[in-house]
Amino acid sequence: MASLVSDTEPPTYLNSTPTDLVRRKKRQSASSAAASSRRNNAASATAGDGDSHAPWRSEKQQRSYSANLIQALQQVRLSSYAAETPYPTAQKRGKAFREAADRALAVSARGRTLWSRAILFNRFKLKFRKQKRPRPAAIPAVITRGSSSSSSGRGTKKRRVTVVKLNKKSIPTVNRKVRVLGRLVPGCKKESVPVILEEATDYIQALEMQVRAMKSLAELLSGSGSGSGSGSGSGSAPPPI
Amino acid sequence: MSGRRSRSRQSSGTSRISEEQINDLIIKLQQLLPELRDSRRSDKVSAARVLQETCNYIRNLHREVDDLSERLSELLANTDTAQAALIRSLLTQ
Repeated sequence: MASLVSDTEPPTYLNSTPTDLVRRKKRQSASSAAASSRRNNAASATAGDGDSHAPWRSEKQQRSYSANLIQALQQVRLSSYAAETPYPTAQKRGKAFREAADRALAVSARGRTLWSRAILFNRFKLKFRKQKRPRPAAIPAVITRGSSSSSSGRGTKKRRVTVVKLNKKSIPTVNRKVRVLGRLVPGCKKESVPVILEEATDYIQALEMQVRAMKSLAELLSGSGSGSGSGSGSGSAPPPI
Repeated sequence: MSGRRSRSRQSSGTSRISEEQINDLIIKLQQLLPELRDSRRSDKVSAARVLQETCNYIRNLHREVDDLSERLSELLANTDTAQAALIRSLLTQ
């Protein structure tokens, strides 16, 4: 698959105009996205869904990384060519980038979480009709799995930190804070308390992964900005004569 | 559905959601927060504090993502062809 992409790349790309480069990049990035997603689909399908926290730290990281990058690139290019404003401000560009990144993140969640569906559906402004059915089935499965994993993982020794049992006085406080939390997580404004808590755990892990990916990408781009020719580590794009 | 967690003894009764469940979820949440996880307090951390820290943490992450995306969009807008080749080489690995 890697050879497929590099074969279609003409050696004179450095002399072409930016528009040609963008168009070529889009085609290639579309094919490479398909290739990488196929590869990662096969990998993650065999890995299964063992731990509830591991998926966000393993192959899904790669998927979100590539999906993130491709979508954001296309988004930025498209917005600059749309020319609604003569020169998009940094805020708008950053916002469009962030939306594209969020969308890529939501796609990587594969539709199993509320917040990812909320992010994706907000673009098309659809109503959440299908959510009523999977949600009640998902919650008991998640909770029992969470309880079994916590009891088996930490069953031998007691939990080091315990949470104060919710007494009657603190329930309104907790409720209020959970509502605030629900406003922060997309799509959870009107959900019940355990749903919000569950979504928040997943959302935090996804956000952490997104931050890691973008940070490394920024370092990469800004680090190689000084030495343009020396950055090709894998050497898949040798410069022409 | 909530009958599976039949350990809930308290009779705050009308709520179908047992407090045990909520406690478990809050503990799971606490393990994710960097502040509360690394602290060596072995005594109890209140649920309200966990929730507060969670809100703060999510806001922090949002802000970081915004900053990073702004920076990245600027970097990508000024990118030249060599960097585009670098990105492409990354994607095809």
